[in-house]
Amino acid sequence: MTETDYASLVRDDRVHTALYADPAIFEAEMERIYKNTWVWVAHASEVPGPNTYKTSHVGLEPVIVTRDKAGEVHVLLNRCRHRAASICEKQKGKTSVFVCPYHGWSYEVDGRLRKVPYADGYGEGLDLGELSLIALRTESYNGMIFATFRDDIVPLEEHLGPARKWIDLFMKQGAGFGVKALGEHRFRFPGNWKIQLENTTDAYHFPIVHKTFLTSLDEETGNLMDVLGQGGWVEDLGNGHSVMVMIPDLIDLEENLDAPIPERFMDLATQLAEEGHSEEQVRKIVRAVGGSGFNLNMFPNIACSMAFFRVLRPVSVDETEIRHIAIGMDGGPAAGNRARLRLHEHFQGPMGFGTPDDAEGWERVQRGAQAGHDLWIMLNRGIDPPEGRAEPGHNAGDVSAETGMRAAYQMWKRMMAA
Amino acid sequence: MSIPQHAAPAIALADAMAFVWAETERLDRLAYREWLELWDPEGLYVIPIDRDAPDAAEALNIAYDDHEMREARVKRLLSGFSMSSAPPARTVRTTSRFVVEDSDARAITLRCAQMLVEYKYGRTRTLGADVTYELVRSAEGLKMARKTILLLNSDEDLFGIGYLL
Repeated sequence: MTETDYASLVRDDRVHTALYADPAIFEAEMERIYKNTWVWVAHASEVPGPNTYKTSHVGLEPVIVTRDKAGEVHVLLNRCRHRAASICEKQKGKTSVFVCPYHGWSYEVDGRLRKVPYADGYGEGLDLGELSLIALRTESYNGMIFATFRDDIVPLEEHLGPARKWIDLFMKQGAGFGVKALGEHRFRFPGNWKIQLENTTDAYHFPIVHKTFLTSLDEETGNLMDVLGQGGWVEDLGNGHSVMVMIPDLIDLEENLDAPIPERFMDLATQLAEEGHSEEQVRKIVRAVGGSGFNLNMFPNIACSMAFFRVLRPVSVDETEIRHIAIGMDGGPAAGNRARLRLHEHFQGPMGFGTPDDAEGWERVQRGAQAGHDLWIMLNRGIDPPEGRAEPGHNAGDVSAETGMRAAYQMWKRMMAA
Repeated sequence: MSIPQHAAPAIALADAMAFVWAETERLDRLAYREWLELWDPEGLYVIPIDRDAPDAAEALNIAYDDHEMREARVKRLLSGFSMSSAPPARTVRTTSRFVVEDSDARAITLRCAQMLVEYKYGRTRTLGADVTYELVRSAEGLKMARKTILLLNSDEDLFGIGYLL
């Protein structure tokens, strides 16, 4: 396939089925997209102190995210510079050294080669300084750590652009304590990664696929989660990023603190008050406990989705790994974080009331895409520009518009055809 | 319960095993409402992620259901409106390798191995698990005070599970 062909597969209002089904396109995506942009690898709280690490991926390549003694974060290819063995197979931990299990080469937490056993076998010929673990360019914004293989692309903050404002708003659910990862659900579905990318900016499916989640809620919460009826909207934030505002009232969690406390959080509010938290603090924690009223979708692999991080990892053309990372208050009251964990379990994960139905839907897309190879995926819902600004009460368009998907695919087109 | 500990024999392994087989058969049969009857109202249905979490209540789990959440879960699975469970995968599970951890006249804690095979869309998947049952004696026979299912791959990639473990 030639380069011009990639561009022809994405039109303003539709994309070609080959984007889900063609293994050659998947291979090209891994080179042209995942090796050429900022890819999210960790939240700062996952490497909380000196000598902590977690394993992650940048596209198909396994990496270790480390924090060294001085507190600096490194993203290192998980591959010994000797004969390629992976040097870390744990999900997370703490260590002052990484030792390759094959021939015992040892590396500092910042990636420098420390020592090689029986070094005299190399005579004078081994320069330790030349054989550090390969380090990727690493930058972070408000706790979100990204890495890239490219030294010459724009800085992360520029790449995120207007998405930064929404990251800042999202982090307000730390309720003044800061945000901390509390645990994660990991699962795979047999389908292409872009099906999941689309889903985070798809309000249209919510009342249909998640009917059984909605009917499991009390009336007040059910009304809140009527996401198509709250005057929300979708905004293209550039560079493939978008925000889908489902509950405008919950954009800024530090506003409306004097609003009545929802019935379902009354017990929590009482408990926090009994623990001695001031009324203002109780209101702040309780307002933040259910998460923000929007999904921020960042191209290509991370979303700040209401109350959690959604991370996707392409595995093959028809296999994708998803992580739903639960977040809470870093050092905040345990009762608040417990409430957040139970809310996360309610919807998310392999047996949540929401995720299995999403995963089934995504698998059905992949199965359906085996038929009609020359057909197109339609993304024309809400394609007419809204009359008003993207703000509450300004006719900012429809929250179920497929604006966020169109934004992502325009970025796809830009990167694939470059 | 008002049964004094020394006045009645400890709950027998055979009775506890018979309970577990009947319970798991109800799950394979999708007899979820009958399954709910096997619970003590205070019981907890727990499917952990972290294999070493000292207290599941303080950790993220795959499921952490009290009475209310179990009722809601069963309602959801039987509603016909959840696409992952309408229809669900077919399942067959066996439990074996029973070990009694603790037993008296009122309660027994039992560990066992569970092998579950599911089938959907022409694909067969296996889920292995260590299962711990805490059973209590009631006027209507044994009831579950806690069922903890620790999947072999609890902290690795799973997939959508549209049925009960």
